Amino acid sequence: MDERTFGFRTRALHAGTPPDGETGARALPLHLTTSFVFDSTEHAAELFALRTYGNIYTRIGNPTVAAFEEKLASLEGGLGAVATASGLSAQLIAILSLAQNGDHLVASANLYGGTITQFGVTLKRMGIETTFVPGSDLDAVRGALRDNTKAVFTETIGNPKGNVADLAALAEIAHGAGVPLIVDNTFATPYLCRPIEHGADIVTHSATKFIGGHGTVLGGAIVESGKFPWAAGKHPLLATPSPGYHGLNFAETFGEYAFVQRARVEVLRDVGASISPMNAWLLVQGLETLALRMPQHVANARAVAAFLQGREEVAWVSYADLPDSPERALAARYLPLGSGAVFAFGLRGGREAGRAFIESLELWSHLANVGDAKSLVIHPASTTHQQLSDDELLAAGVGPEMVRLSVGLEDVDDLVWDLERGLAAAAKATELRA
Amino acid sequence: MILQTAAERRALLDRSHTVAMVGASANHSRPSYFVFSFLRTRGKLDVTPINPTITAIDGVRGYPTLAAYAAERGAPDIVDVFRKAEDTPQVVRESIAAGAKAIWFQYGVINDEAIRLADEAGLDVVVDRCIKVESARFDGGLALGGVNTGLLTAKRRIR
Repeated sequence: MDERTFGFRTRALHAGTPPDGETGARALPLHLTTSFVFDSTEHAAELFALRTYGNIYTRIGNPTVAAFEEKLASLEGGLGAVATASGLSAQLIAILSLAQNGDHLVASANLYGGTITQFGVTLKRMGIETTFVPGSDLDAVRGALRDNTKAVFTETIGNPKGNVADLAALAEIAHGAGVPLIVDNTFATPYLCRPIEHGADIVTHSATKFIGGHGTVLGGAIVESGKFPWAAGKHPLLATPSPGYHGLNFAETFGEYAFVQRARVEVLRDVGASISPMNAWLLVQGLETLALRMPQHVANARAVAAFLQGREEVAWVSYADLPDSPERALAARYLPLGSGAVFAFGLRGGREAGRAFIESLELWSHLANVGDAKSLVIHPASTTHQQLSDDELLAAGVGPEMVRLSVGLEDVDDLVWDLERGLAAAAKATELRA
Repeated sequence: MILQTAAERRALLDRSHTVAMVGASANHSRPSYFVFSFLRTRGKLDVTPINPTITAIDGVRGYPTLAAYAAERGAPDIVDVFRKAEDTPQVVRESIAAGAKAIWFQYGVINDEAIRLADEAGLDVVVDRCIKVESARFDGGLALGGVNTGLLTAKRRIR
């Protein structure tokens, strides 16, 4: 065994999934079991005390889930990963692994609406306050930091408007305050961007999207770099004796593994938002072909964005790969292989035009998800972002005219054919109203 | 020789049989106890505590010094070090005198003089790594924790 650094496609197929040691099975075995027998009482005691490695109960860990975790950690260039039931539970567990009642977060305002309510309502009720700032305003990020701030949070590519985060600058600001940068990398996937390479410390995913790729199962994951100095003083949850483990100090005992260990054996254990081994198994099948699917998603998204930009029914197109996008410089730096396949555009004619557009489409599926192999469409102001107040809508950049697309893997001519029909219906609805 | 690669660490662990753990603790919340207990119960390496303040941990007899260990048990294959960095040059001198073949400095135990002394004396040297984590990396235990082991193979893993 030499020290070869294997490429992305090779790791997507092999990392975390060697042939099974017990049977020689070449495909990843699906371990659909809740629990695992102990060799002896001493073995059980060693496992529960975290002094040895092994499986106890699938809420905490499972060999099929671990294979998914290792594969994703390898693709992101992280030290390790913790899989969860969904993307939102990945975020919750990441935050609860480093923050508690009385603590504070700084987050981009241009986030998925579900994240804004998770942070702004649910975490707030738990005593963790979040200051939302325009992600592109680095001075605002700096100014929002407090003594009790525990992390800075952003998305690589913002949902729904497709703004691109300046990851290196945000990491520098966070590290200057002694806190980690957490990046949700759902829209980029590790194929298009690996935030840890740009200074991020923790990466979260909704694996439900492009990682799975087929719109079949929910899943999430937290990946950590292993490089953040958790014992430096700002994160007592990781560096003081834990009452949940008889006075165990995670940073002292597990060194670089402190965060992934605490996230798993304390927070995932207690929150209980564990992924099914079945879902993890399907997500592994998805990861194997990620590097084949993402370039086609990007190519189709670029073609669709260019088509929309040329149409008079369209007021604006917010896709970072368009030559005149204000995000172009950041996208060129952080997303050189493409800015993903989820973006938004605005219809002239506002809400009525949006309704007519969506209802006349034949091929694009109207639903609240992204990252399926099939093309998806939604009107955020009436669906994903409808819980947001007018001010929050404005802060998130979501207007009544906005339509979000998740461009799939169909023949792009067919996608454009359907959009043309939708635009014609939108124009007709606008004329009728006028 | 300072061992830099996973392959070198794996080869060291594969060819070693005895580990003398300097600074082993019987306190269950100390990292050294975690590592001691892991190695003892796993059974692939014969681990012995070296600590003048204890006589035994979990039934395994300890020795006050590396010299006392070597006098009865012979040269240890690996001296595993849980000590403050400033104390480690002396640990290296005692390891050389005891005939140790390798010295393993645990997480955060980093001292340039100690590393140089050990390297010049011909010992294999591992720095800022955990012998428990590295053992588990190569026998499949670490992978069960969702950790990126860096290992990639299409051969059936023999445990």
